[in-house]
Order: sequence, then structure tokens, then C-alpha cells
Amino acid sequence: MTRGSRRGLAIALVVLLTVFHHDGWLWDDPTLVANFLPVGLAYHAAFSLVASVVWIAVVYLVWPADDTAELGVEP
Amino acid sequence: MTSLLIILGYLGLLLAVALASSRFSRGTSDDFFLASRSIGPFLLLMSLFGTTMTAFALVGSTGKSYNLGVGVYGLMASWAAVVHPLMFALVGLKLWQLGRRHNYVTQVQYFRDRFESERLGQLLFPILVLLVIPYLLIGVQGAGITVAAVTKGAFPAFFVDAAGQPSGIPSWLTGAVICSVVLTYVFFGGIRAAAWANGFQTCIFIVVAILTFFTISSALGGVEAATAATMAKRPELLIRGQSIGQAQFLSYGLVGMSVGMFPHIFQHWMTAKSSSTFKLPVIAHPVLVAVVWLPCVLLGIWAAGQLSVPPEKANAVLGIMVAKYTTPVMSGVLTAGILAAIMSSLDSQFLCLGTMFTHDVVLRGESLDAADDARVIWIGRAFVTGVVVVTYLLSLVSNRGIFDLGVWCFSGFSGLTPLVIAALYWRRATRLGAILCVLAMVVSWTVLFAMDSLGMGGEHGEFLLGGVMPVTWVFLSSAVAMVVGSLLSTPPGDDHIRRFF
Repeated sequence: MTRGSRRGLAIALVVLLTVFHHDGWLWDDPTLVANFLPVGLAYHAAFSLVASVVWIAVVYLVWPADDTAELGVEP
Repeated sequence: MTSLLIILGYLGLLLAVALASSRFSRGTSDDFFLASRSIGPFLLLMSLFGTTMTAFALVGSTGKSYNLGVGVYGLMASWAAVVHPLMFALVGLKLWQLGRRHNYVTQVQYFRDRFESERLGQLLFPILVLLVIPYLLIGVQGAGITVAAVTKGAFPAFFVDAAGQPSGIPSWLTGAVICSVVLTYVFFGGIRAAAWANGFQTCIFIVVAILTFFTISSALGGVEAATAATMAKRPELLIRGQSIGQAQFLSYGLVGMSVGMFPHIFQHWMTAKSSSTFKLPVIAHPVLVAVVWLPCVLLGIWAAGQLSVPPEKANAVLGIMVAKYTTPVMSGVLTAGILAAIMSSLDSQFLCLGTMFTHDVVLRGESLDAADDARVIWIGRAFVTGVVVVTYLLSLVSNRGIFDLGVWCFSGFSGLTPLVIAALYWRRATRLGAILCVLAMVVSWTVLFAMDSLGMGGEHGEFLLGGVMPVTWVFLSSAVAMVVGSLLSTPPGDDHIRRFF
């Protein structure tokens, strides 16, 4: 995978994550998950965990490999 | 009394942990302000998370959920899972690289250098200070409210309210104690002590959040019974329904962008050992936010099924629940955990203001290499002490709701985010654009804050304009000013730009 496509995939993952934050379809849903957790809250709690997985992927895809290489030399 | 002894014991332990960090101190000003840029992934995660989770997260989120319901989690916590790591990666990492290359200690140093403008530095400095102060007040107020609720009636011989009824420990006393504790370890150990204290306190308040959840839910007859009670009394809190608007929900994402411009977060970024150090905070932050916010939001909606606290007193809900549904020992442990969350933010905020006054005002124009190291540290300590005293005095007269005060403070910082993004990623960004961006933020924020204070535009229990949070307009106006100002002025020279890209 090229550097450009890795970056593109990372951006797509973050955009997708942002889109799925807006769960309009659960707005008025009174369903309780496990008889105590309102479904809107359960969705967003799960969303937080999925976000962590997305960030693992982003770090894997685009994190700079070496500190010193990026720094260059102070003129 | 038992609760109070546990809280005092905790404060003593905290001081011991923080002061123990001085064994690793190198005794230089670089170590006092930046821990010699040696902080590893775990402490950086704990520092960033502990600093962003304050009374706003614990006391404010419980109170807001008590009033608005489950949607509060989506407004702040799940947005934080997207926006905070994004800011750590896009802004924090890049600033860390530049900070190490050019030896920056404060944001103002970077912006002044990037835009070759003394005037921008002079404009930005007071704005950053004025925006951090309300954030500090959130912490001191939150501690006072919580401890007062937990200790209500515990000392009838000492503390009574205006009606002569036994009250809790007064807020002024709690504020004085926690300000003194935080000042002690920051004064002697600088940011290294703050990082150690944050690591310790963050572990404590994560455990406490989980303990609180299980203890109180058990006292309420189990999680199902607790939710059932709310469903019977306030069913509207279990959905978002009419309490939160769709556009309002969406626009809260911009509030979280404030992390990109918090001066105290900037200072923690500068302490990182390497670029890899940022990986753990980026990955783990969303999970830690969920671990703390989920119990708090549930406690808020469960409280609505049990208590009849008026909406304007909702900040006291967490303290009341802890006092009412736990034993004195648990009550002491839980209160210590709440104070841990609050103090883990206060220390970094006190220190960052002291650092800014030292580097951006007193030592401005002096070469740090030439300045006497011991003198620099003492100037920093003197300013930290001054900031603590001023904050404490202001906390005695401030009475705004914690969540709302926090959102206004974050909105101001979010309005400055276009400045840092343009500075880091847009070579064409100019001095004029930067100055107009800051001015646009100040003007739009001030107008909207005044409108809110005058009671205009209230919707869904909050000040909204066009159905969205005021941060939307503050952010848009500063972003447009940045772009227009930059395009209307001469681009910076190539040699200068090469230093930053």
C-alpha cells in the first residue's frame, strides 16, 4: 500500500467515524439494552470503543516512523 | 467525620506521591516547566486525560444528565472520542516536533515566531489567560459543591447555613484546602510533579467512577430498578427527544476542538519524549473517557428518579447521591476520587499560567540560555502562587453553572483552533490573517456571551443561535477571518516558512 493510499484510508476511517456519531435514528427510541441501558446511550458507549479501534488503525496506517527524520536541522 | 479523615488521608498521600517525583528532577528550569521533555506514553496519557477530565466531566456531566438526560454523553463524551485524539495527532504531534526543534515552552512563543509578530503575541497572551481562568473556576467550584453535599450535617457544631440548619463544609474552605495542596506540589516539583500527581489521581478517579457506579446502583436496588424508577418519574430523560436538538447535537463536536488550543494541554504535549509517545493517548483516550462518563451520565438520570433537586442546583446531585446511598467510608473514598479528577486539571492549569507569565512577559526578549536557571524557576513559582490566589478569590464570587461555564470557556478556545490549524498546515497563512482570526473570535464570543447573559436565544435549556451552539459561529467567524486576512496580505517568505514545514 502506498503512503498516499494509507493516508486516504486513514482519512476515510475518521470521516466515517464522524458520520456515525450522528445517530438520528435512535433519537426517540425508548428501548432499553439489558433492561437498564437506554439504547441511545448504549450506542454512544459502543461508539467510544469503536473509536479506539479506528485510532489504532490510524496510528498503524500513518504514524511517522522516526522522530529525528522529521525534525531536520535547526538553521 | 470518617469521610473527612479519608479525604485528608488522600490529600496527604497525593502530596507524598507528587513530591516523590522530585527525586527524578534535574533541578533546571527546563525540568520545572517541561520535565526535560522526558515523559513517556503512560504518564502522557494520564496527564492529557486527567487534565481534560475535570469537575466538568464528573460533577457537571452528572448534573447536566439530571436535567437533560442520556443525550449528554453524545454531546461531550463520544465527540471527545473523535475530536480529542484528532487534535492530539494533528495538532499536538506537530507542535511537539516544532517545539523540540525551536525550544518552545508556550503557545505564544510559537505563534509569535511562526507569524513574525510581537503584536500577535501581545494580543493572544491575555486572551488565553482570560479563557483559562473560568476553566480553573470550574474545578474550585466543583470541589466546593461536592464536598459541601457529602459532608452536610457532619459538623453541626461548626457549620450551619443561613437558616441555622446544619450544613456541609463550606465551599470557601474546600477551595482553600485543594488550592493549597495543588500549589504545594506544583510549587516544588513543577510539571514533573503535576504529571506524577495526574498519573496517580487519574488511576484513582477511574477506579472511583466504577466503584461509584456499582455502590450506588446496588443501593438503588440494582441497575434495572434504578432505570425503572427514572422511567416512572422522568421518562423523557431516557431519550434525547425534545431536550436536545439535532443541529445542537452536531455542533457540540466543535466544542471538543478546544483541546487543540488549551495552553495546559500544549505544555503537556511539549513534555513528550518522542513522537511515538503520542500513540497511547490517541488510542486509549476514547476508552478512558467512556469509563468515566458512562457511570456519571447513568448516575445523573438515576438521580432524577430518586431526588427532587431543583434544576439550578443540579451540580450538587453527584455529592448528594454519594452521601445518601453510600457508607461514610465509601463516601470518603468517592469524594477523594472526585477531588482527584478536579485537582488533576487544576495543577496543569495553574502551572501553565505561571509558565506563560514567566516566559511570555517577564523573560520576553531574554535568552533563556543566558538567564539564571534558579531565577527562572523562582519567577515561575511566584506567578503560579499569584494565579492560585486570584483563582481562589474569584471562586468565592462566581456562581454560574459548571457545565455552562465550561462550554463557554471551551467555545473560546475552539474559536482559536483555526489559528493553530492554519499555522501548522497552511503555508499561505499570514500575520494579518492570524490577528484578524483572534479578533474575530473575541468579538463573536463576546457578543454571543452577552446575548446569553441577557437571556436571549434559549432553546433546549441552552443558548442556541440558529439551532446550533454559539461555538459554531465563533469558529466560523475566526476561520473566515483567518482565510480572508491571509489572502489579502503578502505571503510569508520562503526562508521563514521552511523553518516550520
